[in-house]
Amino acid sequence: MIRNLFAFLSGALFGLGLLISGMVNTAKVQGWLDVFGDWDPTLAFVLGGAILPMAIAWRVAERRKTAVLGGALPAAPDPRLGHNLVVGSVLFGMGWGLAGLCPGPAMASLSFGGWGGLLFLLSMLVGMVGAPMIRTRIDRLATA
Amino acid sequence: MIEQDWLWGLAGGLLIGTAAALYLLVNGRIMGASGIIGGLVDGSGRATAAERIAFLAGLIGLPFLGAMAMGPVDTNITENPAVIIAAGLLVGVGTRLANGCTSGHGVCGISRFSLRGIVATVFYLLAGGLVMVTFRHLLGVI
Repeated sequence: MIRNLFAFLSGALFGLGLLISGMVNTAKVQGWLDVFGDWDPTLAFVLGGAILPMAIAWRVAERRKTAVLGGALPAAPDPRLGHNLVVGSVLFGMGWGLAGLCPGPAMASLSFGGWGGLLFLLSMLVGMVGAPMIRTRIDRLATA
Repeated sequence: MIEQDWLWGLAGGLLIGTAAALYLLVNGRIMGASGIIGGLVDGSGRATAAERIAFLAGLIGLPFLGAMAMGPVDTNITENPAVIIAAGLLVGVGTRLANGCTSGHGVCGISRFSLRGIVATVFYLLAGGLVMVTFRHLLGVI
């Protein structure tokens, strides 16, 4: 129960941060990606601001054996890159640019995003369900 | 207001980082939005479903309350359904193939100097920038 409470708190803080930073506004996200247009640097401040406390948290995590509520802390990052990381990130970046939404803000803006936000979220979920099938095809191509 | 956008961005970013720090140190998990949702959608996260649902409830619920308090929030999303569907499918497939998005690879990955996080971030930023050049400046679609 306490685990779920802290998960809820993390989600709530994440949502509040996305809301006040303006990252639920697709125009600001597209404005950041559009370096040849009316460039909007806000996203850099958001990402930089988020990395700061998280960098401290990773250092604290290094000195601990378990999480505060018990259980293992995440394993060391996987050093292998692999084609799926690159192909996936390119596809994700294309969708991110097209609509100005990524998974976090898509969820955070659900209550006020209108039909467009809902349609994006549903399409994203369909993509997530279909991803393993596409992964199999890409792996086959990569080893052919 | 426009001049202060970076300040709101920084403040919001610090909140996002604090959320990720809390989820890491207290629950022992990486706060990646696509992974949290994706694990529910494809069943791979069934064992931790309650924790995922609680996280998503906060992620949807607090902006809902915030928007009620602050007044209407405009997301300025395109009204072209074809663009929305294509974008959603690409984000869904891409984040699952890459095993992360802006929160998992960007915030949580870069902050621990993960090579995968840095490489992913470089590629999705480049792809997003190229899409803006192609679809906004050359084709005028978005």
